[in-house]
Amino acid sequence: MNFPLENASNLVVLVAGFFFGYFLEVSGLGSPRKLTAQFTLGDWTVFKVMFTAIVVAAAGLWLFDVLGWLRFDALKIQTTFYWAMIIGGALLGAGMAIGGYCPGTSVVGLFTGRLDALFFMLGILIGMSLFAANFDSLLGLFMAAQGPAGQTLPALTGLPAWLILLLLTGLAFAGFRLGAWFESRRGGVVNAKELAE
Amino acid sequence: MNDKQAQNFWPPLAAGIGLGLALMGMFLFTGHGLGASGFFTRLAVWLGDITAPAWAETNNFFSPYLAKGHPLTGWISWEIAGVALGALAGSLAARRFRLKIERGPRTGVAVRLALALTGGVLTGFGAELARGCTSGLGLSGGATLAVAAFVFLLAFFAAGLLLSALTRRIWL
Repeated sequence: MNFPLENASNLVVLVAGFFFGYFLEVSGLGSPRKLTAQFTLGDWTVFKVMFTAIVVAAAGLWLFDVLGWLRFDALKIQTTFYWAMIIGGALLGAGMAIGGYCPGTSVVGLFTGRLDALFFMLGILIGMSLFAANFDSLLGLFMAAQGPAGQTLPALTGLPAWLILLLLTGLAFAGFRLGAWFESRRGGVVNAKELAE
Repeated sequence: MNDKQAQNFWPPLAAGIGLGLALMGMFLFTGHGLGASGFFTRLAVWLGDITAPAWAETNNFFSPYLAKGHPLTGWISWEIAGVALGALAGSLAARRFRLKIERGPRTGVAVRLALALTGGVLTGFGAELARGCTSGLGLSGGATLAVAAFVFLLAFFAAGLLLSALTRRIWL
């Protein structure tokens, strides 16, 4: 085996997207009320689903790498631009707290019947055009504090990948426990029945 | 007797495992993860070129995308089509599909739509600045253990948690 294949057809990408949208929908992450309940700590589904997915995918890719079935260095790994990513991440956090979605979940929201997602999408297009219109003056911030190319947590810390994965699994487990504690004290998670009323 | 009612959501662990496997499959087949904001960038560039071609074609951020052509030539547009179909299939099969403006009990429709637009503006601007969104940078970067993903996600959750003291009344 010689992954990644890198010649995937549009159909393969469409199928992967289908499962992406399906698993977001079945976990309830098309709902802005459920998404924003993460920030008021009443419903930890965002953390649980995201962190589980990261750990499962990272462990799977690590396993394929160890078995020699995957050229890990052929994968796309983002370079850190600290200030742009901290400020951009904070803007997406604010955007979700105020608007109820992120870009991917707004698509899930719209295709589960939520018409407010259309306004969020229109906002995304306006925000992107504003960024482009001011790009020349933002360039300094866009490029500031650049980290090493494609740096990973094992490269940053000097720890082996299996140990990082073990630590992330422990963090996920702690998050599930902490989340359950908060959820039980705040009247339980947002369920499908109350959203359908 | 309750067969017309919306089925409840999956446990987060089960959905997260499914999502993780889909994400891993995407990496194995294409070399990159799942994204979302990239689709909106392609759409913004395309619309910009239709409405203000002179501006879009000289803009230093948009013009490199114009060389890539129509949005449908990009893999991410096919992925987003899949996301839409998957969400539609999941919500219809479990009778969760509802046409509505989702909002908190104390938020009116006009206010909700204005806030959705405002949040979208911040998100669109932020996703370009960060070079990705919760999917392409947070989730997909996390799967490769990229430092960038965890920097982004920490800022995302910190800002959301801090701001929720002000925004909770929108939703609760």
